[in-house]
Amino acid sequence: MQQFATWLEATPLSLIIQNLLWVIPTVQTVHILAIAVVISSVGMIVLRIFGRSDPDSPLTYTSKRFVPWIWAALGVLVLSGSIMVIGEPVRSLPNPAFQLKMGMLLAAIGITFVFQTAVGRMATDAPPVKLHWGVRFVAIATLCLWLAIIIAGRWIAYMILPEY
Amino acid sequence: MDLHIALKAVEAWPLSEEIQISAWLFPVLETLHVIAITLVFGTVLIVDLRVLGLASGRRPVTALAREVLPWTWIAFMLAAVSGGLMFISKADGYFFNLQFRLKLCLLLAAGLNMALFHIGPFQGVHSWDEDKTAPTRARLACGLSLGIWLGIVSLGRWIGFTLTS
Repeated sequence: MQQFATWLEATPLSLIIQNLLWVIPTVQTVHILAIAVVISSVGMIVLRIFGRSDPDSPLTYTSKRFVPWIWAALGVLVLSGSIMVIGEPVRSLPNPAFQLKMGMLLAAIGITFVFQTAVGRMATDAPPVKLHWGVRFVAIATLCLWLAIIIAGRWIAYMILPEY
Repeated sequence: MDLHIALKAVEAWPLSEEIQISAWLFPVLETLHVIAITLVFGTVLIVDLRVLGLASGRRPVTALAREVLPWTWIAFMLAAVSGGLMFISKADGYFFNLQFRLKLCLLLAAGLNMALFHIGPFQGVHSWDEDKTAPTRARLACGLSLGIWLGIVSLGRWIGFTLTS
C-alpha cells in the first residue's frame, strides 16, 4: 500500500493537484457540502421513522424523497474523495482512519441499498405504520454509522503515519 | 487598548490553555464543529430548496420549517460553542485571519437575511404555504441564504490553510 501510494504521488495528475494550491481546499469544501446532503437526508428519514416529520406519509414516500439525494451526494463524495486521494495518496491510503472510514462507508452504502429496496416494495397506499422498535433501532444505528464515518474522515488528518 | 494584548489575554485564560495543551481537545472540538456545520447547511438546504420550489413540493412550507428548523438551531448552537472554544485557544491568530473575519461577516449576513425573511415575505406564508413555488422575494431570500452558507463553509475550510501563528 505504501509503495502504491508513493508511486501514485509521483504521477502527473497527482503533481498537478499538489501544485495547484486551491484544488485540495476547494475539493474538501465540496466534500463537506456533499456530506451535509447525506447526513441531513439520513436525518430526515430517521425523523420520519420516529414520526417527527411528515408522519402521515408512507415511509416509501419519504424514502423516494431523500434516498436519491443520498446516492447523488455519494457520487460527489466518491469523486471529490478520489481527487483528494490522488492528490495526497501517502496521507490517505495507508492511514488507519481512512481505511476504517472506507470499511464503514461500504457498510453504510449496503444499508442504504437494502433500505431502498425493502421500503420500495412497500405499497404507496399503505396506511402510515407505527414503526416497530427494531426499525427505530436500525435507523439510529445507521445515523451513528454515518456520524462515525464523518468522525473518521476528520481524524485522517490526525493519524497521518510518518513517512519512512 | 491594543487589540493584540486583549486577544493574547483571551489566549491566556485557563480554558484556552487547556485546549492549547491538550492533544485531543482541539481535534474533538473541530470534529463536533464539522458535524454541526453539515447539519446546519443540510437542514437549511432542505428548507431553502422547498421555498425555491426545487424539492419537497408536496409538503407545506410551514410544516417542513416547523419540523426541520429546530434541528438547524441546535446544530448552529453546537457549531457556535465548538467554534467559540476553538477561537479562544488562538484568539489572536484567528481574529487577524482574513478568511475568519469574512466568515464572521457572512454569518452576520446570514442572520440578517434570515431576520428580514421572517419579518418580510414569511409573514404572508399562509397564502403560499402549499404552493410548489413561493413568491419571488421569498425565493430571493432563500437563494441568497444558500449562497451565504456556501461561502461560510468554504471560508471556514480555508481558515485552516491560511492560519499563521
